[in-house]
Amino acid sequence: MPNVLVFAESRGGALRRAAFEALTAARSLADGGEVHALVFGAPGIGDKTAELAKFGAATVIVCEHAAFANYAPESMAATFAARVQSGGYKAALFTASAHGKDLGPRVAAKLRSPIATDVVSMKWEGESLVAEKPGYTGKVIATVVLSASPALVSVRPGTFVAAQSPAAGNVERISPASDPSADRVRVTETVVGDTAKLDLGEAPVIIAGGRGLKEAKNFSLLEDLARAFGNAAVGATRAVTDDGWRPHSDQIGQTGRLVSPDLYVAVGISGAIQHLAGMRTSRTIVAINRDKEAPIFKIADYGIIGDALEIVPALTEAVRAAKHGA
Amino acid sequence: MKIAVCIKRVPEMDVKFRIAPSGEGVDETGLKFDMSDFDGYAAEAALQIKEKQNGGEVTVICLGPDTVHETLRKALSMGIDRAVQLKADAVPVDAWAIAEALAAELKTGGYDLILFGRMSLDVANQSVGPMVAELLGVPCVTAVSQLDVSGGGVKARRELEGAAEMVECPLPAVVSIDEGVARPRYPSLKGIMAAKKKPLESRPAQLGAVRMTRRGSALPAEHAAGRIVGEGPGAVPELINLLHTEAKVL
Repeated sequence: MPNVLVFAESRGGALRRAAFEALTAARSLADGGEVHALVFGAPGIGDKTAELAKFGAATVIVCEHAAFANYAPESMAATFAARVQSGGYKAALFTASAHGKDLGPRVAAKLRSPIATDVVSMKWEGESLVAEKPGYTGKVIATVVLSASPALVSVRPGTFVAAQSPAAGNVERISPASDPSADRVRVTETVVGDTAKLDLGEAPVIIAGGRGLKEAKNFSLLEDLARAFGNAAVGATRAVTDDGWRPHSDQIGQTGRLVSPDLYVAVGISGAIQHLAGMRTSRTIVAINRDKEAPIFKIADYGIIGDALEIVPALTEAVRAAKHGA
Repeated sequence: MKIAVCIKRVPEMDVKFRIAPSGEGVDETGLKFDMSDFDGYAAEAALQIKEKQNGGEVTVICLGPDTVHETLRKALSMGIDRAVQLKADAVPVDAWAIAEALAAELKTGGYDLILFGRMSLDVANQSVGPMVAELLGVPCVTAVSQLDVSGGGVKARRELEGAAEMVECPLPAVVSIDEGVARPRYPSLKGIMAAKKKPLESRPAQLGAVRMTRRGSALPAEHAAGRIVGEGPGAVPELINLLHTEAKVL
């Protein structure tokens, strides 16, 4: 009965979708054992843990500290590692979000444990944890075997769709294992972006634009389409972020964000390998491009050939009508 | 200031990979190799810090067989001062095993700053940097998109989902570099000539124990090409219909 500990990510006093995805993924590893969630935050975060129980946390471990209003990698890693040890967990699980990708290896280093990152599937084989993880910019899937316990895993965002499975959710409060005020690495500020804007890693729908949009200002058409969906974020190609039309953080591709939303709408994107590496695992891909020979059509489920500046507004209207008519 | 940059030699990614006959990894026949993208950003960042501070020394370190000499020479031709090969027949996929070898080399170097790329493009563990930091007992900031090194400390920006965070830590430190910090310069002819005379040392890698191995590799299922719904705005109603009834995403 392996018990599994999950990093339940929060930011700004609220739990993140990453926390529920990690819990869902962890249930597949617990196999009769329990899933426990460890949440860090400023005082008050402990009042928001009911949701963690709904997604399968038998125990919710709350570690509150004023310093945890921001991410505090050193004391959080020390606390998480100490809990993995004292709790005798067989595995610990993170979502490979910005914080999960940072925290996982720190915890692994403290525990001298193996870690498989950005994992898309996993299972036990005897005492070993066997995981599949994409590499080579998503073009090759490696099967790795972690042969020491506890085994650490971070799961690729969007791979394990958060699903409810109520558990007891007994709350246990703990103190940080090391004093956060002694941390050498200090997050002095969390710069919150447009809060109305969904993040690329969390949005079920992504509208992405490339050079085919001709000018930076035409991205407003994509913003309109994203608003019509209501659950969409806007991304961009490297060519566009290099030209400064959009910030680097919006880049989807080999050197940018790796995304796999339910629906990916590629607008004015030819489909350079660099870009495809970041989005080819999307569930449904729509491409809108003037050039019918564009490589993006080779991986798109649905394509429309033509001028994005004419098609996108029509699509926005139709999506709006479909959403309101439904 | 003494800066170390840890780089990895990886295949260029703009190809269709084949799986090696052993089934374990990719078939490297005919592939071209270079420094992993993010490691190139780290090398450039190191050079820019040195130039800004008007002094210091940058060392590049690469683990692997003798084929890494080519990659190390390229780094030297960019302007890096010296190179170290940690010689091993192959690079393990276990990040900790790599981290131990690097830490053994780095601990006696007196480095103020140790830079990594955010991740290697082949194995993509994104773990070696923080593990080296733990082994050396120094602070670590990962995946930085902006970096300022001055006054004995590091100030950096990290991109989050829909936000960013500003991070500080004192030197010596390990920092891993994301998109946004610097694009690597092309080696000049002068740089290439100078690189031939720069020191390239080689020592056996003291790899740590391996607890994560790669059993096999496979190519992902191809996203089957779909259909062209139509041309122009007139195709939109049919697209909406398909998204609703077939893809069920609307």
